[in-house]
Amino acid sequence: MTTAATTAATTTPIDRALIPIPFGRLVRTELRKLTDTRAGRWLLLTLVAATPIVALVMVFTMSTKDLNYAKFVDYTSTPEKLLLPILGILTMTSEWSQRTGLVTFVLEPKRGRVLLAKGVAALGLGIGVSILMLLVSVVGNVLGQSVRNGDGSWNFAGQVSGEVTLVLLSWLLLGIALGMALLITAAAILVAFVVPNMFSAFFGSGSKNTTAWFDLNQAQSPLYSHDITGKGWIQLLAASALWIGIPMLLGAMRVRRTEVK
Amino acid sequence: MTTTAAIRVADLSKDYRGTRAVDSVSFDVPHGSITGFLGPNGAGKSTTLRMLVGLTEPTGGSATVLGRRYTELLNPGRRVGVLLDASAQHSGRTGLEILRLGAMMMGLPDRRAEEMIEKVGLSKAESRRRTGTYSLGMRQRLGVAHALLGDPKVLILDEPANGLDPAGIHWMRTLLKEFADDGGSVLLSSHLLHEIEVVADDLVVIGRGRIVARGSKNDLLAGSGVYVRSTDDEGLAAGMRAVGVGFTDHPDGGFTVGAEAEHIANIAAAAGITLRELRADDEAGLEQLFLRLTADDAREDVKS
Ligand SMILES: Nc1ncnc2c1ncn2[C@@H]1O[C@H](COP(=O)(O)OP(=O)(O)O)[C@@H](O)[C@H]1O
Ligand SMILES: [Mg+2]
Repeated sequence: MTTAATTAATTTPIDRALIPIPFGRLVRTELRKLTDTRAGRWLLLTLVAATPIVALVMVFTMSTKDLNYAKFVDYTSTPEKLLLPILGILTMTSEWSQRTGLVTFVLEPKRGRVLLAKGVAALGLGIGVSILMLLVSVVGNVLGQSVRNGDGSWNFAGQVSGEVTLVLLSWLLLGIALGMALLITAAAILVAFVVPNMFSAFFGSGSKNTTAWFDLNQAQSPLYSHDITGKGWIQLLAASALWIGIPMLLGAMRVRRTEVK
Repeated sequence: MTTTAAIRVADLSKDYRGTRAVDSVSFDVPHGSITGFLGPNGAGKSTTLRMLVGLTEPTGGSATVLGRRYTELLNPGRRVGVLLDASAQHSGRTGLEILRLGAMMMGLPDRRAEEMIEKVGLSKAESRRRTGTYSLGMRQRLGVAHALLGDPKVLILDEPANGLDPAGIHWMRTLLKEFADDGGSVLLSSHLLHEIEVVADDLVVIGRGRIVARGSKNDLLAGSGVYVRSTDDEGLAAGMRAVGVGFTDHPDGGFTVGAEAEHIANIAAAAGITLRELRADDEAGLEQLFLRLTADDAREDVKS
């Protein structure tokens, strides 16, 4: 009976064996890998739960004049900014720490496609988390006004939403890039959290005008104050290229060439 | 397809920081047969297999599976089943989940995963446990299930019998025999002769990165071989290979050949090669060869 079932199950698929694995399927597989382990589920749960908790605490503890949309976005995005790089890192490093690359890269030898699928999967989750964070901030602001008679203003709402999403996705991409470049979870986490901040501390005394070219925190700070200039954008691009672009390029080269064992 | 072999390994070499782990290894795995890839630990089996499937970049040479480089196969899991290391599985996933991921990636229905669990003799309850709790034998079964997921025509298995109990080894033999009887081709490695001598049709024996014996199992195991030495051993080797005569390099030069003396003389004559020596060799058995290989390596270990 089993034999018959097996034959039936496998005669049809074989004809399609000569087409490459569709990219969408690779992305779905990578998404599933992010959610089917205990560590992955906890991380996602934390990512999803963090913003409502922060918003709720704000509604009840913040002084009423500070209960506005921009503040909600600022506060609720803080835990996400810490967690998203970890999501990016784990997406890339788990294949190496658990040695599952031995299976993954045998099923799809075009390693660049696997990397891209991982990037798209993580970015998809990151965008989802950002949208959730914005929605929670909207609800928080409405609640703050109705429950505590808070300020409730929507100043800069559009701009704030776009800018903070950009910051969050940048840090997610930083995690992805460092994960690819280092392939070891602990090392990538250390570098992601320590090095850019050390850099900022070290060059903190320098003129913002020059340090923003290579200090990612500095380059992102006008996004928080909503006064980024044309030059500021270029500086942001330069700092992002340094911290995200270069590790990503090195990582892609490394993953494509390194021996999987 | 006009290709004659399911797997063709041509002159594969791999250097690791100056040391040659694999040295000009060539062999074919014919369609519908089982080839045992035999050698002591550290001989270069795993490195060869990793190069075969594109996980390790060769220093030289090339390999094809079903007539193409492995890395150029589209959705290779549907044509080639690979098990390189049964322990390389996420310890936090269940066996079933690992198979479902594989099935998803290959574009197979979920139920294929359950079928393969059944096929390799894991219980439903076992398949729902995290693999971190699996014994090595269970991991091997799961690995074989994964290799079979895509209903492949070719199997490449690195030490699949490792960690299996005698019943498990028997099961594996039966499974591979059936696979080959259905027209499938198998390349499996082992560091233990007795693990594969029952099941293999052909043997490739490797020691310190070099092939030291290759041919049909029956020839190689025949024991009463013939020792031959000539003015042009390379030419003689090519001649014997061309007609499918199994032979091994003799430590003193020349070869031990699993064929009649007259047959060898004819091969040499046809190639215009003069023989220097041609006599019966009682030390020719594969068992002896293998013992010699292992002993050499053991001595080397003591020295270093
Ligand atoms: N990444 C590596 N760096 C250096 N040496 C290696 C590496 N991988 C394998 N080797 C060496 O190559 C040789 C062959 O190893 P391997 O292919 O694993 O042998 P086998 O599978 O037959 O036991 C061994 O001497 C091993 O030490
Ligand atoms: Mg090995």
